[in-house]
Amino acid sequence: MEHYISLILKAVFVENMALAFFLGMCTFLAISKKIEAAVGLGIAVVVVLTVTVPVNNLLYNSILREGALEWAGLSNVDLSFLGLLTYIGVIAAIVQIMEMVLDKYIPALYAALGVFLPLITVNCAILGASLFMVERDYTFGESVVYGFGAGLGWALAIVALAGIREKLKYSDVPHGLRGLGITFITVGLMSLGFMSFSGISL
Amino acid sequence: MADASAKQVLFEPIFSNNPIALQILGICSALAVTTSMNVTLVMCMAVISVTAFSNLAVSLVRAQIPGSIRIIVQMTIIASLVIVVDQILKAYAYEISKQLSVFVGLIITNCIVMGRAEGFAMKNGPWLSFLDGIGNGLGYSVLLIFVAFFRELLGAGSLFGVSLMPVVNEGGWYVPNGLLLLPPSAFFIIGLAIWGLRTWKPEQVEEPDYKMSRHTAKEAF
Repeated sequence: MEHYISLILKAVFVENMALAFFLGMCTFLAISKKIEAAVGLGIAVVVVLTVTVPVNNLLYNSILREGALEWAGLSNVDLSFLGLLTYIGVIAAIVQIMEMVLDKYIPALYAALGVFLPLITVNCAILGASLFMVERDYTFGESVVYGFGAGLGWALAIVALAGIREKLKYSDVPHGLRGLGITFITVGLMSLGFMSFSGISL
Repeated sequence: MADASAKQVLFEPIFSNNPIALQILGICSALAVTTSMNVTLVMCMAVISVTAFSNLAVSLVRAQIPGSIRIIVQMTIIASLVIVVDQILKAYAYEISKQLSVFVGLIITNCIVMGRAEGFAMKNGPWLSFLDGIGNGLGYSVLLIFVAFFRELLGAGSLFGVSLMPVVNEGGWYVPNGLLLLPPSAFFIIGLAIWGLRTWKPEQVEEPDYKMSRHTAKEAF
């Protein structure tokens, strides 16, 4: 249990997807003007990551990995080069399925997430988390916890940035820096703040 | 844009319509791979070739793709190209591919590739799309190389791994600025680069959401 708690803390703070690895930056910068939108997107990312990372973990360990197909008599087949194609296919399919399920059973949440759900397919945080999971060789249990933690960290970061930007629009920024420029510098300062967590070893 | 000339398509994205500075595309990798020039150049070449060839491929089959599944088709084309690049890097530049780690794979979700396939290649012929891919890849590379130049020069006193300003630890005179090797500095450099670019080309400045009214209160005499 303790192991899982430290894994989740690490994924949220020390290895924050957005502020330490810069994943999912495009949506991070584009959809952080309003807090409500940021919260919606954050929730969608948490849900999608918690589902896709474990599914990709199962696929990797039972089909793609070298020697995983031993039960079928193919003991030295290594399919890991197909990894990228598989992960992105799984992500696109799960996002699509989730959209349909939510539309049918939880229409309120579906309406709240709106356009953000399909956008998530091209969010690099999702694919990045799957790739990190493979690189670090997580077990199934760890991958569930890691997916959830990584999503939570990303959501936390985007909500924080949206909060800052809502205040920032009242300030008198130099013309050339207005909009994107000042956002970059703000994110830089936030990421500097988050770096203080990197001293924590769990 | 259908009648745009080849030259315009090729050079427009470099400064006037830069994918990173104006279109907000492909930022993730711009930040993570810019600590040294070597790695950055390899990444740029990978991105240019993937963008160019995916644009070409998408444009060639654009009439055959049914609208409802086009995203999946584009994804598959892009993912296959990235796998090819990844395998080539692993075979011929193993050290650099280790340093790039997951970021080669992340070219798939690099919004430049996807955005240009969806926004340009679906509507234009193969040759123009190919040029557009190269142009956007170059626009991305220019900014990346700019950032990497400052980060490596000021952070480690070298370029391409060759020491230009001998650092104090090795008996030289230059005290390296460690901050520039850390991730946040990339944000600052890109922010400042955008500032410079928009001062040079003022039409890119964004409209303010909120205008401050002039200070009109009379002093109470």
